[in-house]
Amino acid sequence: MYATNYHRASSVADAVRLKGTGEETKYVSGGMTLIPTMKQRLAAPSDLVDLRHVAEMKGITVSGGTVRIGAATTHAEVASSAEIKAACPALSHLASLIGDPHVRHMGTVGGSVANNDPAADYPSAMLALGAMIVTDRRRIAADDFFTGLFETALNEDEIIVAVEFAAPEKAGYSKFPNPASRYAMTGVFVAKSASGVRVGVTGAGSDGVFRHSGMEQALAGNFSPDALSGVTTDPADMLSDLHGSAEYRANLVNVMARRAVAAAT
Amino acid sequence: MGVEGIGARVARKEDKRFLTGKGRYTDDMVVPGMKYAAFVRSPHAHAKIKRIDASAAEKMPGVIAVLNGQQMLDDGIGNLICGWMIHSKDGSPMKMGAWRPLAHETVRYVGDAVAVVVADSVGEARDAAEQVVVDYEELPAVTDAATALTAGQPQLHPEAAGNLIYDWAIGTSEAETDAAIAAAAHVTEMTILNNRLAPNPMEPRAALGVYDSAEDHYTCYTTSQNPHVARLVMSAFYNVAPENKLRVIAPDVGGGFGSKIFIYPEEIVCLWASKRAGVPVKWTSDRTEAFLTDAHGRDHRSTVKMAFDKDNRITALKVDTIANFGAYMSLFSSSVPTYLYATLLSGQYAIPAIHANVRAVYTNTTPVDAYRGAGRPEATYLLERTIETAARELGVSPAELRRKNFIRSFPYQTPVIMNYDAGNYEASLEASMKQADWAGFPARKAEAEKRGKKRGIGMSCYIEACGIAPSAAVGSLGAGVGLWESAEVRVNAVGTIEVLTGSHSHGQGHETTFAQLVADRFGVPIDSVSVVHGDTDKVQMGMGTYGSRSGAVGMSAIVKALDKVEAKAKKIAAHLMEADESDIVIENGEAKVAGTDKTVPWFQVALSAYTAHNLPGGMEPGLKEGAFYDPTNFTFPAGCYICEVEIDQETGKTDIIQFVAADDFGNIINPMIVEGQVHGGIAQGIGQALLEGVHYDAQSGQLLTASYMDYAMPRADDLPSFQVSHQNTPCPGNPLGIKGCGEAGAIGSPPALINAITDAIGNNDLSMPATPQKVWAAIHAAH
Ligand SMILES: Cc1cc2nc3c(=O)[nH]c(=O)nc-3n(C[C@H](O)[C@H](O)[C@H](O)COP(=O)(O)OP(=O)(O)OC[C@H]3O[C@@H](n4cnc5c(N)ncnc54)[C@H](O)[C@@H]3O)c2cc1C
Repeated sequence: MYATNYHRASSVADAVRLKGTGEETKYVSGGMTLIPTMKQRLAAPSDLVDLRHVAEMKGITVSGGTVRIGAATTHAEVASSAEIKAACPALSHLASLIGDPHVRHMGTVGGSVANNDPAADYPSAMLALGAMIVTDRRRIAADDFFTGLFETALNEDEIIVAVEFAAPEKAGYSKFPNPASRYAMTGVFVAKSASGVRVGVTGAGSDGVFRHSGMEQALAGNFSPDALSGVTTDPADMLSDLHGSAEYRANLVNVMARRAVAAAT
Repeated sequence: MGVEGIGARVARKEDKRFLTGKGRYTDDMVVPGMKYAAFVRSPHAHAKIKRIDASAAEKMPGVIAVLNGQQMLDDGIGNLICGWMIHSKDGSPMKMGAWRPLAHETVRYVGDAVAVVVADSVGEARDAAEQVVVDYEELPAVTDAATALTAGQPQLHPEAAGNLIYDWAIGTSEAETDAAIAAAAHVTEMTILNNRLAPNPMEPRAALGVYDSAEDHYTCYTTSQNPHVARLVMSAFYNVAPENKLRVIAPDVGGGFGSKIFIYPEEIVCLWASKRAGVPVKWTSDRTEAFLTDAHGRDHRSTVKMAFDKDNRITALKVDTIANFGAYMSLFSSSVPTYLYATLLSGQYAIPAIHANVRAVYTNTTPVDAYRGAGRPEATYLLERTIETAARELGVSPAELRRKNFIRSFPYQTPVIMNYDAGNYEASLEASMKQADWAGFPARKAEAEKRGKKRGIGMSCYIEACGIAPSAAVGSLGAGVGLWESAEVRVNAVGTIEVLTGSHSHGQGHETTFAQLVADRFGVPIDSVSVVHGDTDKVQMGMGTYGSRSGAVGMSAIVKALDKVEAKAKKIAAHLMEADESDIVIENGEAKVAGTDKTVPWFQVALSAYTAHNLPGGMEPGLKEGAFYDPTNFTFPAGCYICEVEIDQETGKTDIIQFVAADDFGNIINPMIVEGQVHGGIAQGIGQALLEGVHYDAQSGQLLTASYMDYAMPRADDLPSFQVSHQNTPCPGNPLGIKGCGEAGAIGSPPALINAITDAIGNNDLSMPATPQKVWAAIHAAH
């Protein structure tokens, strides 16, 4: 790891100010992606601004059917939150499947969403839940937020403060973990609400997380696993690597989607 | 058996320090003035080095020295060598290309070391290493061994035309074997791949070189399974320093699995750099360096023909194997696919004709050498996949086909050198089938079918050769060293005992089992027995630990030393009690005159030896004896493993429902430790069969699996609860009747698992690791 300067931000405004100082300053949240990258000497920020102690970015609130999760909330907190288990158990389930206990107690929702790893779990839920990514300066719909592999609509110094979504009627998440990393080889999040059904797929798409419109249409009329039997996923749009060919991933998308629907509560 | 003696489940003495984080590993060693090394490594699989420019690096903060391979050559540091000579069929010696500790002309794999930076901190050393500019002329690379043998491929070493290191054969003549195959009623033919593995001990390799200019003396702390061999090789071949000027210390070592047998460039460089730079130099590998540079295991491509007569008796076996050696010949690489592999191709079966041909090949990949099992897993996998396949083709039960062909009378001379001394293969087969409820499988399969799961069962009957081995025998086969072991038993003046052993524990629990042996002999508590190992200044020359030899060979040496101590102690006790020496028995911590109530406590015997006030006439003072033990034969642990799996057809994921291991290890000193060895071995075997695999990009030679993001290690939830049992036949060849247990789990398990999966999915065309994607594809190919 290269030497770096550490700063602890006390507020969102303080964090943005600190980001403007230093040669190449980066935000750090749980550090579960950024620190390993630095240890492998693939990133060399001169300064780190720690977001985990900013009060405005912490905590979970559910009011009037709207769920708000502060960006600095850890995966473990989401996995064990009684409020989230009541409002959207599928999201608690998703958080419980991330990494190992160490990672879940350090890694945060904001970090995961900002990083937009094509195999990360949260982005699929954000898309399927039609979430709003709340930043220090605007609200970005999930549909507009995830723009490609490791790419988002965030500006250079923009901070995710929270994510918000309306509690769905029903939702389910099914993940097939990569045997080595245990990130999602394919993860499918399905959510049914008054405005329809949304399906978010992570781990599989060659452009990163995506919504599966064929599945959404099929499920709109009949929210059951069988409704998906005729739906296909084009391998041409899938990732292919050591762990899974495009054909295999296309298959997993369908299998995980059926299981997510079956599990939806 | 006492509560702490032979056969007792004594908790491991060493675990307290390990579990409380107080183990002392090489990286924990701190010496005054110590500095840190970082290596500049080749990013290319194959390239010529045109120029190394260290001027920018030398100016970096904290940098003490930047050293290169030309300087090493100028200082007379020798090539790394392979210490086992193999001759090809045509009589020519193996073709060993030069391996420089720091490459100065050509790099041959990604990770090949080209320079070293010594600096005040690890961070500064690494920062500076990045500033060393190496001008490479890239050359085409080849990573697959079969490809490397074909015309027009990149050539790695001028010494080895066509990348061929040797073309070796063993066993019955090819003509005779072919004739038997031609006359067969049935022939099963297969192509068998044995995947390449990264050893992944928990502790990465490390070295600390300390040069003392006052004495012109070197000390090397290093992660070694065999510190004396390291000293021998570094002195005799690498010209680092004469043996009396080189002390090698292998302190606590966190796992090796073979990978820490070999002498690597880094420890030589640390020693040499310590003199050059005038400071102690420490290097500790990071995990990616470990993936790149720790010797890999396995990587075979074989074709096999197994011939049967009309009664389903095996009449012949013909094997042709291509073994990938990587870019250089590692220390014992040549012996692995020859004498540790092809000599086991008879398995547990009476096969009248066996012919095996092995070609060893250079490729632009990490060097390959012994890895837990070393050769024997490759032999077992090949045989057990083939006989299982034959049973399917012949339409007979796999258990019956094996049973019919078992060797039943001992000693048994195979056509491939080995002479099996003892065994009862049927006993392990019966025990494992009973434990696994083999007969109830069809009902379980039908029940799984109802749940939409494909259930399969598979077995594997392995044999291995351990305790390597009689020195004269391995010498005649080309080994550059003898494979005896040494021990010294020092009884201190008030009766506590130190055992100095040439074996080395890096997870095996020697501090406990070796102490049990002594406790058993004299009836003293194991806490009064200490085991000393891993330091060439403290311990007499020894050969170290690998090949499941610490029990069969290392403990036999201790037994011999104990015999001598006991004999002398009896003489002293007889003298003290005015009794006849032949009437003395030593037990429960005292010497007694049999049939009387006369006793002398053990400490009194020891004290008498050292006060020397009243010893038998002419006796030397002291109670300390040494012994060397050279085994008379290999030992032959064997067993039967059964694995039952359920496959999720939609995803191809395998769940291991049960795993049964029935082993014959001969006599057992500590059953708990033996079970632990079996559990760990099976976990590694399941890792190989289901998850692990080193992959290179075929064009660029880049290592694609250089971290745990891509290299899948078995985790606890990948494994079932193992059911292990023993059906022991004592080994006639050594005083304790021990066969060895360190590798069996890794040897026996892969074929059992793949046989089970292929049984479940009804497609035999499946290679390791059987990842979900491969199993899914195989299910689809079958329908
Ligand atoms: C062993 C291991 C296993 C893992 N397994 C999984 C898994 O199964 N599934 C999965 O989804 N993830 C997995 N992860 C990743 C983990 O979930 C990370 O926590 C997450 O991806 C990043 O969150 P973080 O809080 O650690 O972010 P950091 O690493 O601190 O930051 C990541 C990036 O986001 C930026 N950033 C962080 N917070 C903000 C913010 N509020 N606003 C703007 N930018 C921000 C940082 O500048 C950085 O560029 C794993 C990680 C590890 C180490």
